Order: sequence, then structure tokens, then C-alpha cells
Amino acid sequence: MKEFLFVFRNDYQSVPKGSPEEMQAETKQWMDWIGGIAAQNKLVDRGNRLGSEGNTLKPGNVITDGPFMEIKEAIGGYTLIKAESLEEATEIAKGCPIFQSGGSVEVRVINPL
Amino acid sequence: MEQSEELIPHLFRTEYTKLTAVLTKIFGLEHIEIAEDISSDTFLLASETWGIKGLPENPVAWLYTVAKNKAKDYLKRNTLFEQKIMPHMQYSTSEIPEFDIDLSEQNITDCQLQMMFAICHPSISSEAQISLSLRVLCGFGIDEIATAFLTNKEVINKRLFRAKEKLREEQVKIEFPNPSAIEERLDVVLRTLYLLFNEGYYSSGKDVTLRKDVCLEAMRLTNLLLENKSTNKPAVNALISLMCFHASRFEARININGETILYQDQNENLWNTELILQGQYFLNHASVGNKLSKYHLEAGIAYWHTLKQDTDEKWESILQLYNKLLQLEYSPMAALNRTYALSKANGKKEAIIEAEKLNLSNNHLYHALLGNLYTGIDTDIARSHYQAALKLTKSKADKMVIDRNISNLDTI
Repeated sequence: MKEFLFVFRNDYQSVPKGSPEEMQAETKQWMDWIGGIAAQNKLVDRGNRLGSEGNTLKPGNVITDGPFMEIKEAIGGYTLIKAESLEEATEIAKGCPIFQSGGSVEVRVINPL
Repeated sequence: MEQSEELIPHLFRTEYTKLTAVLTKIFGLEHIEIAEDISSDTFLLASETWGIKGLPENPVAWLYTVAKNKAKDYLKRNTLFEQKIMPHMQYSTSEIPEFDIDLSEQNITDCQLQMMFAICHPSISSEAQISLSLRVLCGFGIDEIATAFLTNKEVINKRLFRAKEKLREEQVKIEFPNPSAIEERLDVVLRTLYLLFNEGYYSSGKDVTLRKDVCLEAMRLTNLLLENKSTNKPAVNALISLMCFHASRFEARININGETILYQDQNENLWNTELILQGQYFLNHASVGNKLSKYHLEAGIAYWHTLKQDTDEKWESILQLYNKLLQLEYSPMAALNRTYALSKANGKKEAIIEAEKLNLSNNHLYHALLGNLYTGIDTDIARSHYQAALKLTKSKADKMVIDRNISNLDTI
């Protein structure tokens, strides 16, 4: 088994804010999806959501604020899973509820140091 | 005489464990056999003497006096006394060292708690921890432990012997862990008590009374942890809550032949409401702090099962608790139960897709679950899964349930 990182991206500015019921339904979809990965014993770390505040440091002590939440492909969170292959990991990622709001999942193999 | 025949086995369990804990504390864990021998000798003498002369007025006091004298005799005869006990007694003012053995309620409880931590030492396997707990903390006989584990006396004797050897090698002491280490050590103790309870609750052993006794002992030991300030933690409350909810179904879940009655077929009038209320009480007390243990989640799941009525809220809650439980710790059983809850909350079609990803085709419960999910959707597939389950299970009770499910398929 190899480990894979799921990076969740979305255009968080333009995602419409739903009603409390809709938000709750979305949370349930995420919980069921993660629970399903855990039920296959393939969850390594549920990971976390990322807040909108942050800084980016560049050479020459240049600090720009924000992880650029206004851009279309902002990182909103991450999860670690394990699978036999990139194909299997990709298959697992297909169940992610993020696609319903136009987001994406980047699937990356982890090469342990 | 009849009276003493009934009384001795009962006293044996409770008092044997107390005497052994207190004496082992005095002799040191490396000499636990001496403590066990003295306790056993005491009961041997009791059954002989009481059989002839009848019961003494206060049997417990009688036992304690005899045990004390036997322990003192042993100490006097043995070099252990000079090497180990004497140095501590040098400040004694009396000329003849009169060694007292403290059999007060408080000291007994303290010794039993410390013994619990010693036995649940991370250096020995959980199987060994459970066997030692049953023997030393619960006072079960080797026969009874062998029955509970569905094995023979030799296996248990060997296991106990090796576990004691290991504890000696590791120089484990009968003492409270440091406050800084208590959470970590308590985790191991709770895991053992949890497994001990499950051993009684889920065992396929025929002796129903024995199985119930194992559960009650696990609850008694958990209660000891609750009574002590330093171990009365949220996770301990969650564990006892879980045990109360499960125990509330004791009378309803096994018939007189020792066969399991499935949850949906149970007579809920036989559920023990007092234990359900206690479970709720402890679950409330568990809901403090910020550490969510698996016992919290399992107690939550068990709580929802005390409500027989199927509602959307019930199954949605159970599903989400299983989702969290699996994130904390994977187990095939939790994965299967989660998928059943998924079928109740989100429908059978989704549950079938998820079930087929579980990769548990060697598990009879996996096929039993798929048999259930395909029932009403595809009878042929349901039947072939039930038949696969039948091939994989050894348990008679499970076979009966599966057979019944197969014949129900024909009536659809």
C-alpha cells in the first residue's frame, strides 16, 4: 500500500452559501464519504480544512498576504489515504462531494523521505 | 452445611481477589504465587472447617483472620521477611515486630486498583491481561477461564505462567502510575476491561451464567476506577455507560438454551430500564473535556440502540457515530455495522456499493450483510451470499439465523 494526498480545491468565493439544511446535507456527504474510506481501512488521516487567512513567503523577504482565496483554485483542505495504486486512489477520489460545487481533487502519491 | 456450600463459591470470588491483591502488594508482584497460595489455603481451610463446624458468625472476618495468620506465619518462616519486610520495620517501637496486614475497605480497593494497573501492563498481550484479570482480579477458576476462552486448562495455565514471568522480568510494581503517565496507562486498563466485557458478552460459550458473571466483573472493575478521583475520567464514564447499555439487554438477547436472539427479535419488555438510565447518567458524565474516545462513540451507538423505534434520526446518528469510530480505529466489525447503518440511513443500493468495497469476503458476517442487503433486490445474489456465510461460520447460533434468512427468501 502507498499513501496518497488528496488536495481539495475550489472557487470558494463563488460557491453559493446554502441554507443551514443544505450545509448540513453537504457535511453529511463529506462525513459519509470519509467514513466509507475508513470502512475500507484506507484512511490514513482525515486531514483538515484550511482557513482563509495565511501568508506566502518569497525570496528576498517578500511576504504576500493570503493564500489567494479569491483565485479559482484555492486549496480548501486535505486528506491522507492509502491505496495499492494511483488508479485505486483516483477511484476513491471520484466519490468526493466537492465535484457537486465545481471543485477538484488533486491526487498525489507520497514518496516517504 | 448446605448453606456453606452455596456461600463459599460466592465468597471465594469476592474475597479471594481482595486477599490476593493486598497480600501481593505486601510480598511484591514477583511473589504473586505466594499470595495466591495463601488465599487458596485460606479457602481450603474454610471449606473444611465450616463443613464440620458450620458457618462462623462473620465469615469474612474469619477469612481475614486466617489469611493474616497464614501470611504472618509465612513471613516468619521465610527469609523474605528479613530481606524485604524487616528493613521497613526498623522504626517500629515494639520489641517483637508485630506485622499488621491492612484489610480495611480503603486499602483493599487501593490494592485492587494498583493490581489492575500492574496486570494491564503494556509489556504483556491483551489476551494475557484478560486471563490474568479473570484469575487475579475476578477470582475465576482456571476451569472457568478455559470455558470462557473456549480452550483447555493447560493453555490457560501456560498463558498465566508466561504472563507472570514477563511481569517479573519487567519488574512491574503494584503501585499507582505517575500522574503524568496515568492517561496512557489508563488507556491500556480500559482496553482490557472493554475486551473482558466483550469476552462475556459476545462469547459463543454455552455457560450463560458464567458469561454474565464475566460482564458483571468487568463492570465492577470499571466502577472501581470511577470511585477513585485520579481515575474517574470521561473515557471511564463512557466505558461504563457502554457496558450498562449492553448489559440492559442481558435477559432479552439470549434464550434459555444459550442461543442468541437478534436485536430486532428481542422482547423489549425484558430490557432493563434501570441499566439504560444508568447508561444515560454515565454518558452525560462522560461528555466533558475535549477527548473523544472510542468508548464515547460506542456508548452513543449503544444509546441509540436502546430506542427500539426505527427513525431517520436514529439511523443517521448511528451512521455518523460509526463514521467517526472508523476514523479513530478501524475494525471489520465496525465497518460491517457502519454499512448496515448506511443501508438504514441512505438506502440499500448505496450500501451494496459500499459493502462490496469492504474486502472482507473471508468474513461470514460480510456475506450475511450482503445477503440482507440484496434481499428484496436480487433474491439469487442474496441466496448465494447467505450460502457463502453458511460455509464460513462455525457457530451453531449463526447458522440457525442464516438458515432462517434463506427460508425467508423463498416467501418473498
